[in-house]
Amino acid sequence: MSETAAGIEYTKVAEIKGPLMIIDGITRASFDELVEIETPNKERRLGRVLEVGFGKAVVQVFEGTTGLAITGTKAKFLGKTMQLPVSQELLGRVFDGLGRPNDGLPVPVADKFLDVSGEPMNPERREYPTSFIQTGVSVIDGMLTLVRGQKLPIFSGSGMPHNILAAQIARQAAVVGTKEDFAVVFAAIGVQYSDAQYFKRSLEESGALRRSVLFLNLADDPAIERIITPRVALTVAEYLAFELGMHVLAILTDMTNYAEALREISAAREEVPGRKGYPGYLYTDLANNYERAGRVKGKNGSVTQVPILSMPADDITHPIPDLTGYITEGQIVLGRDLFRKGIYPPVNVLMSLSRLMKDGVGEGKTREDHMEVGNQLYDAYSRAQEVRALAEIVGKAGLTGVDLKYLDAGDMFEDHFLRQGNDENRTLEETLGRAWEVLSTLPEGELTKIKDKNLRQHYKGSK
Amino acid sequence: MEAKGKIVWVSGPAVKADGMSSVKMYETVEVGSTKLIGEVIRLAGDIAFIQVYESTSGLRPGEPVRGTGQPLSVLLGPGVIGKIYDGIQRPLDEIAQKSGSFIGRGVATTPVDMKKKYKFSPAVKVGDEIVGGSVLGFVEETPLLTHSILAPPDHPRGKIIDAAKENTYEIGQVVATTENNGNRLELKMFHKWPVRKPRPYAERFDPSVPLITGQRIIDTYFPIAKGGTGAIPGGFGTGKTVTLHQIAKWADSKVVVYIGCGERGNEMTEVLVEFPHLIDPRSGRPLMERTVLVANTSNMPVAAREASIYTGVTIAEYYRDMGFDVVLVADSTSRWAEALREMSGRLEEMPAEEGYPSYLASRLAEFYERAGRVRALGSPERSGSVTIVGAVSPSGADFTEPVTTHTIRFIKTFWALDTRLAYSRHYPSINWMQSYSGYLEDVSKWWKQNVNAEWYGLRAESYNILQREDTLKEIVRLLGPEALPDEEKLVLEVARMIKIGILQQNSFDKVDTYCSPQKQLKQVRLMVQFYKNSQKALRDGVSLVDIRAMPIITSLLKAKFEVTDEEVSKLDTMEQEMNDQFSKLGQREEVKVLV
Repeated sequence: MSETAAGIEYTKVAEIKGPLMIIDGITRASFDELVEIETPNKERRLGRVLEVGFGKAVVQVFEGTTGLAITGTKAKFLGKTMQLPVSQELLGRVFDGLGRPNDGLPVPVADKFLDVSGEPMNPERREYPTSFIQTGVSVIDGMLTLVRGQKLPIFSGSGMPHNILAAQIARQAAVVGTKEDFAVVFAAIGVQYSDAQYFKRSLEESGALRRSVLFLNLADDPAIERIITPRVALTVAEYLAFELGMHVLAILTDMTNYAEALREISAAREEVPGRKGYPGYLYTDLANNYERAGRVKGKNGSVTQVPILSMPADDITHPIPDLTGYITEGQIVLGRDLFRKGIYPPVNVLMSLSRLMKDGVGEGKTREDHMEVGNQLYDAYSRAQEVRALAEIVGKAGLTGVDLKYLDAGDMFEDHFLRQGNDENRTLEETLGRAWEVLSTLPEGELTKIKDKNLRQHYKGSK
Repeated sequence: MEAKGKIVWVSGPAVKADGMSSVKMYETVEVGSTKLIGEVIRLAGDIAFIQVYESTSGLRPGEPVRGTGQPLSVLLGPGVIGKIYDGIQRPLDEIAQKSGSFIGRGVATTPVDMKKKYKFSPAVKVGDEIVGGSVLGFVEETPLLTHSILAPPDHPRGKIIDAAKENTYEIGQVVATTENNGNRLELKMFHKWPVRKPRPYAERFDPSVPLITGQRIIDTYFPIAKGGTGAIPGGFGTGKTVTLHQIAKWADSKVVVYIGCGERGNEMTEVLVEFPHLIDPRSGRPLMERTVLVANTSNMPVAAREASIYTGVTIAEYYRDMGFDVVLVADSTSRWAEALREMSGRLEEMPAEEGYPSYLASRLAEFYERAGRVRALGSPERSGSVTIVGAVSPSGADFTEPVTTHTIRFIKTFWALDTRLAYSRHYPSINWMQSYSGYLEDVSKWWKQNVNAEWYGLRAESYNILQREDTLKEIVRLLGPEALPDEEKLVLEVARMIKIGILQQNSFDKVDTYCSPQKQLKQVRLMVQFYKNSQKALRDGVSLVDIRAMPIITSLLKAKFEVTDEEVSKLDTMEQEMNDQFSKLGQREEVKVLV
């Protein structure tokens, strides 16, 4: 043991297992403290204290424990928690999963150092999100409206175009009536190189890269580093939003890899597991990331979060999508059936929801009929799906006249409203116009969710 | 003597300290040099296990731990209403003033403003004898609520030897002094009470008055009584929070305690933004003047989430003891159970199902048993109630998971939220086949006396239509609707109308958000009447196609948002109009026959 200005160095490693290293003879270490580890080959790694007491410290090693040995490994306890240097210069830069430059450029000059764990936002100081974000994607703008400060995840499955959709949102997102552009904070968590490149290229081509910050932990990067990647990204997002007053769109992909890294650590610590081997605190841990979105009273900026996660075996009841859905303000679910039909974006609207839509639309914000139209579209499409299922059994001949109209409305909804190009940017007027065209194929009496006043103004069908 | 020890181990919210042999179970302690608040949850030798209510990041072995000698308590007195607290009764506005927009640690606060002056009117005079729970005087806490100053429930019987005059005082003012066998005790305008100990009462009654919430599926189909218990389980997106918000907004209780336990920050903000602007339909005052919020959001420390439920229910009991009806809404008890699980895991206790501790069921039972309609202690005689409504967030929307199955054992009204209904945007997505109310018979008397004697019968008749539709649906699924005779197709049609016109209710529509009992009853009667008329018309030879084409149907379906509570008489006109349309249908048939 030796003490220097930078911290206390220990050399007595008791045990190494999975991503954990247990150090003995500890005299001074604190919970959550940052640890710098030197391998016998003089390679440096970072770690964090998970548990400390009775002379021992359990340290989680971010870059993995490969190459560490009981003898010859040194651990320096730095006397502080993990902090990230932040400044405006981060914009346009690319970093690794722990926030170190990955683009060959030097470390940016820090304006401040911020603890990556963040602090919980005081609910009393939150500003309730109410500003409509136009994404140019009909299904989102019309039925699943995103508002500034919301956290709205995309639940996807392997092979589906969640990255294309997220990139489209990042390129097109705009607050109607203002010239303000979104800054994009992108965190790749254990994704393939090609997915990260696609995203980067897409931002580059649209000229958005100079107002973006990218954090890349790729599939072949150390898994435990993934615990930190979203935290680092959200720390930057909060800084840009609440210190520099920018509107930030934070995209985190793929949160499933994050949860798996968490499970790995929990298993190594021999904790009592909850469902499917995930730790009992998965909910709390996810919430600590997802809740870092929103707006703050008296401050200009906002953090809007779009986390992406792939549902293992397309199962929405799997703990990761399940717990996420309980924390986020809705979800955009991609459907395998629509994807197979070749429809982009393949959003399964019936399973999707935006909880904050009601507060972001309507008179004075978008259009008076917006909410009613959205509700009626849900209703019509849900009815169409029921009729489709029925038609498969009894044939079209067994259906009533109204049922047949619903079948047509369902097809038209998919082809005319839902389907659009991944570079097609529709205005809200166009989206609602298309919605009314779909609804106008139904008899007026079926539109029970729309007030008579709005029907008179927009309904174009036969009475 | 207060214990003084040292931290020996830290892992997340769990801390072990030694040198703590004089500390008591559930005593509050100050942990570390930043004086984080914690509570002792297990003792072994001189080592105390402490759950810490704030983030322990940076805490290290060797730092001091100090006992306070007090169990975790809440301060009860004027000033609690309208506040938003964290899980251990620290006002979030005061925390914000001291640590900014993000919640810092070790912030010392007082639960209510000790400097604020209230006009006090005494209820006792020198020479009166009082006991624990007796009313000492009154202050107007908000324009909506006259707060009774109570002697603490454990106050011994004694004679008043000094009483404050009518005047304005700060709440620390002694307003009465009692004497018993030479022991003098001073009573202030507030007292403290330990949160884990239910406040005692004199007598418990059976709940018999319904809690009117203005939500049709609740009030008409699955009512809850004042002093009763209810649970609302459902997967994400099924509308738990919206339903709970609706209950908190519109329930005809005097006080609402809303506990946001491990839920979204924005939801608490929504309540804070909305409630001061929403007007109570009965008193015409802002809803915030009757509401207390306890918010421990999902990203706030997990141990304080465990405490938040107890903090909330103790506040609710306090207002009950003044003789008020109180509704306590807890969203969500599953997150509370998870907090129990997390602490239990850190204590290395043997887990029961899904890692939950074996005492989960008994903790849930203790919590729901704190509901009830009671006669309060002390004089004058008064009775109040605490109604508890708990949300349950079952993992994977699976109602067989431990928190849901245990909760069902201790509640009497069950509102089962259905993911399928939510996907088809049927809100509130309360499944009418799975839900039940154990208070139906108890509250029917109230409906009979206060609204209409027909209530029980109409409810049964309309529910019967829904039940028949449920069975017929199976046949339709296999053979299509055309395979059914007209009489059964009619059942499907009317069931559809009941679902759209009555069961579905739009919380975000100005009119539909609240539906008075009178309007509920008339709407149900219209549907039942429509069904009876149609049956008769079918028998008289009218075709179902003609019935389906009747213009009155759209009016019936839109009555919920086109007719306000003040205009319920329009529904009588509608009934007249419906009968006219039916008799015209009948005439047309006769004409056809004649031709």
